Amino acid sequence: MSWLLALPILLPIATGILTFLLRYRRGTSRWLSIGGCLALLGASVWLMAVVWRQDLLAAQMGGWPAPFGITLVADLLSAVMVLITAVTGLAVAVYGLADIDERQEALGYHALFHVLLAGVCGAFLTGDLFNLYVWFEVMLIASFGLLVLGQSKAQLDGGIKYVTLNLVSTVMLLTGIGLLYGLTGTLNLADLHLAVGQVENQGLLTVIAVLFIVAFGIKAAVFPLFFWLPASYHTPAVAVSAVFAGLLTKVGVYALIRMFTLVFTQDLAFTHGLLLVIAALTMITGVLGAAAQGEFRKILSFHIVSQIGYMILGLALYTPLALLGAVFYLVHHIIVKANLFLISGVAKRLTGSFELAAIGGLYKSSPLLAVLFLVPAFSLAGFPPLSGFWAKFLLIKASLEIEAYLVAGIALAVGLLTVFSMTKIWAEAFWKPHPAGVAPALSGLGGRERAALLLPVLTLALLTVTIGLAPEPFVAFAERAAGQLLDPTLYVQAVLGDGT
Amino acid sequence: MEPALAVLVGILVAASVYLMLAGNLLKFLFGLVLLSNAANLTIFTAGRLTRAEPPLIAGDLTAPAGIVANALPQALVLTAIVIGFGLLAFALVLVYRGYHALGTLDADRMREAEPEARPEARPEARPEDQLVAQPEGGPGS
Repeated sequence: MSWLLALPILLPIATGILTFLLRYRRGTSRWLSIGGCLALLGASVWLMAVVWRQDLLAAQMGGWPAPFGITLVADLLSAVMVLITAVTGLAVAVYGLADIDERQEALGYHALFHVLLAGVCGAFLTGDLFNLYVWFEVMLIASFGLLVLGQSKAQLDGGIKYVTLNLVSTVMLLTGIGLLYGLTGTLNLADLHLAVGQVENQGLLTVIAVLFIVAFGIKAAVFPLFFWLPASYHTPAVAVSAVFAGLLTKVGVYALIRMFTLVFTQDLAFTHGLLLVIAALTMITGVLGAAAQGEFRKILSFHIVSQIGYMILGLALYTPLALLGAVFYLVHHIIVKANLFLISGVAKRLTGSFELAAIGGLYKSSPLLAVLFLVPAFSLAGFPPLSGFWAKFLLIKASLEIEAYLVAGIALAVGLLTVFSMTKIWAEAFWKPHPAGVAPALSGLGGRERAALLLPVLTLALLTVTIGLAPEPFVAFAERAAGQLLDPTLYVQAVLGDGT
Repeated sequence: MEPALAVLVGILVAASVYLMLAGNLLKFLFGLVLLSNAANLTIFTAGRLTRAEPPLIAGDLTAPAGIVANALPQALVLTAIVIGFGLLAFALVLVYRGYHALGTLDADRMREAEPEARPEARPEARPEDQLVAQPEGGPGS
């Protein structure tokens, strides 16, 4: 079955190469891109089905036995992350048909997009620390290209901040990996799980753990390392910023969850205590930053930061319920956040600007878009029948259970402040009349354009509502995934075989 | 040998932090080069250092006879150098393009994506900005 694990990486890379070769044939490369995303979705559904049945799937690449070769592993968390990556990828690829202009396509937008997906999937599936670093690099270099594609002044400015800070995080990660290898003599994650217990100087391990918190923390955009995110996410094309907002920071969160459940669990009081402080501060600064902004995508960018805090909170509390909440939150957040960015793009298309002060009147002229905005916006804030409510409910219940009242209170207050900035977008972009008197209607768009822009938004909104109305299967799934994270014996056994 | 390299790594990191905090993007990139070299040296040192002991395994053995340096970190360093080179080349071009488009290498004055509060909100900030802007001038054409 090893090929099944490699498929979510190989398919996007193959699509990326083909679309790069055919980048001047606009029609062909577009349909290739959609086809590649459909194939990726199919492969990830299949992978999910197999992992659901067997709990875990592991394969040794190149026939080298673990821990010497490179291992690909899919537990439930990896499988669901790959699946949600494929869903987001497809939605954004369809949206991109109407959003990305011919010049950007000729410059290789499709190729970069698929290489990005390959990097993200690779990071989710790898069972080897150095390989994780390599996938991070693949993802980063593709995102660098996507971010500055088109080369407007703002893009170059945002791109410089994004690139430089992410390069620093990369070097930190590399240093951490080197030191950890020096201490344990292995890079295989499952083998590391066993090896860290035998290290004599546990204090050094904690130092390395903090190095990893900093490295992954920059990528996940946690306090106080998030400044590159609001500086850059509002500059590229909407489709690009949607896929960034949905996936990139979540790879950092995934890496944190993986490392701090599988490898660094020897000094929980310190490492996870530190993560708890980071989580609380991330939630607060993110939401306050958003409250101060007046631009559609900048508000959403700051909300990514505050939402990352919730996910880290789930990891930091480190109880079964909290990790369940973190997994649930990850999936919910990717859908909702990507969708909000897509909607901001439609709003810009209709009204002509991202600046909230300069737009308005959407509620009256395009009520459908208003409804479609309300679903993810309320979900993000945590209103009852939507996915965000359950995600926040689980995390807050988890913190109350272990009597962490302060963070529970912070999580609730941040939810309230989220409503505040969502209301600001609602009042400015939707309710108030357009300052220039424009009546921006959806019918003003061409039929094909409208379908390409609204279909992904509609699908993602339906997903949010589905998770919200029928949360039970999703919670049951997240519970199983969290169980695997808390008890990695199965993971270790699947990777290293029965000989250990 | 290891202590000497450890000190060298320390010096490299100190120099790179100094350069990266300078606020000038070109200096930042130089700092980044030093930092990634420091990371590579760290991995290299972590794999043990031996002199003139090739990590070769005699025909009928399954492990090297004496104490030899670990070859894996050297392979990792090689990979990291290649990746780092690619990323750095990109970053250099990006900063160059940024310099042409924005007319400055001073990170504090790159406010295209995040414009400062509107002039009427902070009038006292304006003349000072222009004073700083004059000496360096725009990019060469």
